[in-house]
Amino acid sequence: MAESRDNVSRRHFLRDGLWGTCLAGLGGIAGFLLSKSHRQNTVWQIDPYVCVACGNCATYCVLEESAVKCVHAYAVCGYCRICFGFFGPEPFDITEGAENQLCPTGAIKRTFVEDPYYEYTIDESLCIGCGKCVKGCNTFGNGSLFLQVRHDRCLNCNECSIAAACPSGAYKRVPADRPYLLKRVDPVRNNTAGRAPLRSRRFSNGVDHT
Amino acid sequence: MIRFGHIIVGVAVLLSLCAVVPAVERFPPPEFESGYERPSPTTPHPRQDIYEYIDVVVLLTALCLSSYLVLRNRSRRAIFILMVFSLLYFGFWRKGCVCPIGAIQNVVLSVFDRDYAVPIVVAAFFLLPLVFTLFFGRIFCAAVCPLGAIQDLVLLRPVSVPNWLESGLRLFAYVYLGATVLFAATGSAFLICRYDPFVSFFHLSGNLNIVILGACFLVVGVFIGRPYCRFVCPYGVILRQLSRVSKWRVTIAPDECVQCRLCEDSCPFGAIREPTADWPASEYNKSKKRLAFVIFLLPVLIFIGGWIGSGLRTVTSRMHATVRLAERVYLEENGKVEGTTDASSAFRATGKEVKELYAEASNIRAEFGLGGWFFGGFVGLVIGLKLVGLSVWRQRTDYEADRASCLACGRCFEYCPKEQVRLKKAKEAIGESQ
Repeated sequence: MAESRDNVSRRHFLRDGLWGTCLAGLGGIAGFLLSKSHRQNTVWQIDPYVCVACGNCATYCVLEESAVKCVHAYAVCGYCRICFGFFGPEPFDITEGAENQLCPTGAIKRTFVEDPYYEYTIDESLCIGCGKCVKGCNTFGNGSLFLQVRHDRCLNCNECSIAAACPSGAYKRVPADRPYLLKRVDPVRNNTAGRAPLRSRRFSNGVDHT
Repeated sequence: MIRFGHIIVGVAVLLSLCAVVPAVERFPPPEFESGYERPSPTTPHPRQDIYEYIDVVVLLTALCLSSYLVLRNRSRRAIFILMVFSLLYFGFWRKGCVCPIGAIQNVVLSVFDRDYAVPIVVAAFFLLPLVFTLFFGRIFCAAVCPLGAIQDLVLLRPVSVPNWLESGLRLFAYVYLGATVLFAATGSAFLICRYDPFVSFFHLSGNLNIVILGACFLVVGVFIGRPYCRFVCPYGVILRQLSRVSKWRVTIAPDECVQCRLCEDSCPFGAIREPTADWPASEYNKSKKRLAFVIFLLPVLIFIGGWIGSGLRTVTSRMHATVRLAERVYLEENGKVEGTTDASSAFRATGKEVKELYAEASNIRAEFGLGGWFFGGFVGLVIGLKLVGLSVWRQRTDYEADRASCLACGRCFEYCPKEQVRLKKAKEAIGESQ
């Protein structure tokens, strides 16, 4: 009987010791996380200078209608009469007719500004984020059309399904108070295109703080 | 001749400039005379942070409430209501993200990636259920986890799983935890999020394969209680270990067990342990030998596991996008495949050296080699400890809920006649006062 009581107390002692160790361990983890944690949350965003407009954004998002939409940096736009983001590869005519348009949903509006300039605006309710116009504009134009995660739609999944499918590694986590990486006119920036170490510096300058 | 050479050099320089200077120079943005003003792109704001703090408060409240309901109130109905609330709030309303299960990966990544900082909300989601488990057992699983809740709802025809099968399948959860840590540490993928079977139900849309996976879990879950929680959930693995030493625990009987055996078959998760007799003298020596053998086997198992895990680095490292890309580019460079993929053409567009990519990929593969030793060693250790556990004789005098396996759902309470007495007394007392 004495032996069994001794046994029980030893077991209790071990259990209490383990319990204390676990609690201390959790405290340690908490301390580490607090020392490293960010008050700020992070959100997903596309680096427009790395994006290749492959079209995965339209299909891989967990939302039925992707959270990624095309955004137009008007300051970069050349206001071309013949826009390769707007017209298909071989348009029948240089008019706004549906048969001439590249966009599968007709989300780009083309309005006359003054000769020979035309303004192009994106109707976000129609845009599906396929990036066809982005590809056209990047290949032949100024690259003023680009894809961005729209944060009024994005669910901010812990692992973004599009990020997992992104072929160029354009998806990254950015601080929630600066959630967009917008294209801007900045000639200095252009000479460093494609070099990874400078890219981060570029964004500390190039990000629109909105 | 000199002049001609100069021209050639000049043209070459100009051409190379054209190649480097990107599109912005193609059509200079015009200056308008008609007074047209350029609009600026809209930038809708992300969800307010305040909602995330509300999530933490709701989580904390739900954990407190769940502890009270399981350990003091002992009402299955109340636990069930809280569970449905958690499913609706954390699951369907907050779309199951961020959850404590997935937060494992953020925490691991923050340990291994210097630049990655865990948002404080995610840290709270990871730690709160662990701390509560250390005090009250797995009350998070009982009524707070939306993944557990959705499976608990479909559990209509529970069948019991034989013990050997249960233990065997449970090993998968440990392997999954190890793999999750390996892939999160190397920054390859968040495995838990990628293969979360129920998140597409919460989103009401998603990848077809994952929807099918989730549907399979739910169909199996009609008969086998909470298959994800028991055999897959990596967070459950951590909670199991912590609840082994928890301060308070679920008890089937409110006070003393009368060994009536009524609760024996009440647990759909196979977590009720029967009383066992004393260690039979004939078995004693045999078991002692077996235990010694298994303990000696332990380092061997760890080594074999680590060796296999490290040997698999070629396969496991393919989870990392850079390694996949390097392998593809290698095949293309050597003319072994025709054409390019999106990733390889995106890589070529950056103008980066192929050798640089190969070096990066082989570095990552080496990381996987080292990580594989830990991963495989962990799996070996788990298998070894399981064998040790099987060779140890546990003495029990009462029917008990297994500390590790009990999900604190509260189903067994009403089976206990002592509990009936307790409830009736409570009701009588209320009746008297009225």
